[in-house]
Amino acid sequence: MAHNEYLLQVRDLTKYFYRQRFFSSDREPIRAVDGITFSIRKGETLGLVGESGCGKTTAGKAILRLIEPTSGQVLFKEGNILDLNREDLRRLRPHMQFIFQDPYESLNPRMRVGEIVGEGLEVHRIAQGKDKADRVSEILEKVGLHPGDAIRYPHEFSGGQRQRIGIARAISLNPQLIVADEPVSALDVSIQAQILNLLMDLRDQLGLTYLFISHDLRIVKHISDRIAVMYLGKMVEMANGEDLFRRPLHPYTQILLQAIPKLDPSKRSQGAPLREEFCPHDLKKGCLFQPRCPHSKEKCQMEEPLLLDHGEEHLVGCHFVS
Amino acid sequence: MEFQTKSFWHYFKQNRLAVAGLAIILVVFFIAGTASLIAPYDPGKTNVSKKLKSPSSEHLLGTDQLGRDVFSRMLYGSRISLSVGLVAVAISLVIGVFVGAIAGYYGRWADAVLMRFVDIMLCFPSFFLILTVVALLGPSMLNVMVVIGITSWMGTSRFVRAEFLSLRERDFVQAARALGMKDRRIILRHILPNSLAPVFVTATLDVATAVLVEAGLSFLGFGVQPPAPSWGNILTEGRTYIFDAWWLTVFPGLAILMTVLSFNLLGEGLRDALDPRLRGRR
Repeated sequence: MAHNEYLLQVRDLTKYFYRQRFFSSDREPIRAVDGITFSIRKGETLGLVGESGCGKTTAGKAILRLIEPTSGQVLFKEGNILDLNREDLRRLRPHMQFIFQDPYESLNPRMRVGEIVGEGLEVHRIAQGKDKADRVSEILEKVGLHPGDAIRYPHEFSGGQRQRIGIARAISLNPQLIVADEPVSALDVSIQAQILNLLMDLRDQLGLTYLFISHDLRIVKHISDRIAVMYLGKMVEMANGEDLFRRPLHPYTQILLQAIPKLDPSKRSQGAPLREEFCPHDLKKGCLFQPRCPHSKEKCQMEEPLLLDHGEEHLVGCHFVS
Repeated sequence: MEFQTKSFWHYFKQNRLAVAGLAIILVVFFIAGTASLIAPYDPGKTNVSKKLKSPSSEHLLGTDQLGRDVFSRMLYGSRISLSVGLVAVAISLVIGVFVGAIAGYYGRWADAVLMRFVDIMLCFPSFFLILTVVALLGPSMLNVMVVIGITSWMGTSRFVRAEFLSLRERDFVQAARALGMKDRRIILRHILPNSLAPVFVTATLDVATAVLVEAGLSFLGFGVQPPAPSWGNILTEGRTYIFDAWWLTVFPGLAILMTVLSFNLLGEGLRDALDPRLRGRR
């Protein structure tokens, strides 16, 4: 497979948070993202799932350098984003955008919608004045808002509409890559479908590539070509969406899939429930999932499993792939 | 923190004292603006034959040792008190917002250096610092305003820093960064407008302090110099005659008291009215 086929390649990305102490920083860091590697092809959507606190959002922000990663490589458009200086990074920003989870937090309450959506055009000198206003109207229509909404303030809109404004802002600079961080999880179920459909329509119209972060497997299945599962800062399984749902190989993925509510009671599974949560920092070696794993064996306590390909680009990090 | 004027007034109106404070401040502003129109006499005109007359229908607040009309001098004095208060606070706001914004936005060593500087500034007994500087530069209204301004910005800067620290982590600021905006634009367009409301509360309280400091300086003879009338120096001149002509000290004292009290009440009212919105941030 030729490399230039990939729009984004993330290699061994880590983000550690060090607790601030007054005299020393010798404490163990919090490993929010601990060496994740994946690639996204042009036009593809990669779903990133995992329970809350597993580092999904941190990973997404670190890739765009909204948070400075600790180490690793992020290859985007033939260069490593992590090597860029401030000014070069600023110039690259239009090509990669972020959609935020909470539409009430992500819009400046003191700016009009038109200013919010048009600010990027102005900053990068793409359009000014009348030209900018026209472009903003066009973008607002694209996301299903009215051009007249440009003069209104964010608080006049509902959650779903606000998320459309956030999406409008993200596509305003014609990006190639969009990292969408739980873009629908703050919304009502009825609105979720609308926003998901909008995101898929925009992907087809504008040729976008998504990194779609979510904790909801059903939503991820709906929108993604491939799915990556994260657990405690590490990737445990990655596969084609269909494949992952048909034959989940990692015990954690299996449990996640079993946890999806089903309409038909007779199809409800009797799978082993996830064992209690625990403090990940107690764990010095071995598989991170081992303390909660229903199939845990001695080897799991001693040795950390590697992420290996089990055919058809189905990567799993488990010693005992069933 | 949206600008909901309606709910703001709703809360503000409930605080009667704050409304009274606002009313008094507006009256003082009106007097300062129209002093030359409503003053019955020239504040500098002496008339030794009518010195130290007690309040009467001719001289509402009596006359001083040189026969000048105290009422007229008080009216003109309000200009000095207000302009010193406002200009000094404006200077302290500019410095305080600038220092706080840089410290809060950039964090790390910029924050450490600037905040330690604030700590150092706070260690000086500011009134004596002001006295020293005025003694060296010579007392004038401009010097008093500038010196009060540059010795009173520390509270504001700490406040602004705290606001910036929390605002810079908010999603809409990150979105601005993701769009590739420069720091200056993020600070001026995205963070600062969202941090100003509580800053104005402290500014209002600072005006009260500045008015008081000016009166104190004038009383000690380091403030606005006679014959220009300020509440502080009317008070000083009257001190000598306190047993014979009580009106020379009581009225300027009352004026200072009322003005300072009003600014404090207004500031507290503003703070209370803004607070429910601060708690329910969106």
